Amino acid sequence: MRVYCAVFALGLRRYSTYRAATAAGILTNTVFGIINAAVLLALFEVRPEINGYDARDAVTHVFVAQALIGPVSIMGPPLELAERIRTGDIAVDLMRPAPPLAWWLSHDLGRVAFSIAARSTPTFAAGALVFPLALPDDPVRWASAAAALLLASLVGFALRYLYALTGFWLLDTRGVTAVGNLIGPACSGMLLPLVLFPDAVAETLRVLPWAALVQIPVEVFLGKDSLPGGGPAGGLALQAAWLAALLGLASLLTVRASRKVVVQGG
Amino acid sequence: MARPPAPVPVYPLLVWTWCRAVAQYPLSLAFLALAQAFAALAELTAIVVVFGHAGVLAGFTVHEALLVYALATAAFSTADLLMGSVERLGEHIRTGSLDTMLVRPVPPLVQIAADRFSPQRLGRILPAAAVLVHALAGLDAPWTAGRALFLPVLLASAVAVCCAVWVIGACLQFFATDAREAANSITYGGQALTEYPLAVYGRGVVRAATFAVPLAFVSWQPALFLLDRPDPTGLPDWLRFTPPAVAAGMCALAALVWRTGLRHYRSTGS
Repeated sequence: MRVYCAVFALGLRRYSTYRAATAAGILTNTVFGIINAAVLLALFEVRPEINGYDARDAVTHVFVAQALIGPVSIMGPPLELAERIRTGDIAVDLMRPAPPLAWWLSHDLGRVAFSIAARSTPTFAAGALVFPLALPDDPVRWASAAAALLLASLVGFALRYLYALTGFWLLDTRGVTAVGNLIGPACSGMLLPLVLFPDAVAETLRVLPWAALVQIPVEVFLGKDSLPGGGPAGGLALQAAWLAALLGLASLLTVRASRKVVVQGG
Repeated sequence: MARPPAPVPVYPLLVWTWCRAVAQYPLSLAFLALAQAFAALAELTAIVVVFGHAGVLAGFTVHEALLVYALATAAFSTADLLMGSVERLGEHIRTGSLDTMLVRPVPPLVQIAADRFSPQRLGRILPAAAVLVHALAGLDAPWTAGRALFLPVLLASAVAVCCAVWVIGACLQFFATDAREAANSITYGGQALTEYPLAVYGRGVVRAATFAVPLAFVSWQPALFLLDRPDPTGLPDWLRFTPPAVAAGMCALAALVWRTGLRHYRSTGS
């Protein structure tokens, strides 16, 4: 366990080194949030209520989504694991007495922790300064929102780990990563709240893993009854189910992949 | 001593070299191009969904909005294809490869722009071009010779403005090496902003995008010209004929900023 704590701390320290990059990330997320919010405000001025969302919910959705970009890494960056598979460094990793899944999970959680503190919080605060947002009014909803944020970050890790693992078969994972980074924002509610899509499309996207990254955490934050089971508990359960499924698949594929590795001697 | 080669033939040569490099992983290239096309389609879907709910937004129907979207996406993705690689300037500074570029007899901006040229970005230009053709074919305003001739000028100016924005944004990294993402707020942010008719955002944003960061000349003013409509935010109509002048001014500014940045550059010092 101590080794994972050390890897976590290293991940945290590594990402906290790039201060200008963090400030740039906050600026970009805030600018995009304001642009998206302005479009949705214009829309909700014409149609005050769409599928249970009003203007304030929509703007809150936009800024929760922008705050989630850092921790869930929905548009990258990919895990360095992919590059290590391509260069062959993975052979050294596999000799270590720590399984790669747990190793990279600890490393990424370090990044997530820094990202939530230094990027998500200021981005959301900037949004709250510019627009009136729908904030939870009881502590239980804040707690479930925090749990949803953690689960979203873990699902985000599991997806990126799976994208990286394809490198064992494809060698170059840039294509898979690019497709993943585009399916993610479109299917998760990042590009547009899923409630705006036609019902059949929205219902399908809601049960896919990407919804666990944005739409479900947003609805938990807003306390919507459109979540599975009619409340935050159902949303969190769906996230946890996807997390278990994806991590299970990841650990299965890691074993398969490590049997494929051939180390050239000499 | 051999004469240094002219800058113009070098750019296509470097571009062709990188295209061949990318083609070594055909499956990845196909995926990357598909991903770009998918991104364009996703944004298109978002606009259709928003206008599907609203009907008319800020006086624009979905067909008029598609014209704005196509103009913005075509211009920004073409600029991304030609100049997008400049956003890796910070990486070149950190790894020292900018020093290598400075001693070669080719302008460093040409080398950086062609570096890791990504033909997959065509995957985004093609759907945008298709939507543009569709939107232009459905225009109500009658075509005259003057309008038809001004269209390519508008498109070229829009691409030039976007290229200039890209270079200016990248030059920030001469001063803050790891602030690559800050430029994204005007490059990709500018793209997101100009995809919708600017009137949606209100008068303040239209004025800022006309006089401060002239993104209004990428899609908003050209669309007003093509639709032959007065500016709903009350700015004078002659502004729609100024994109070539704005583009020239922006390119001059970008050149100035680039030279200033390069002069400020002191290498990593190790």
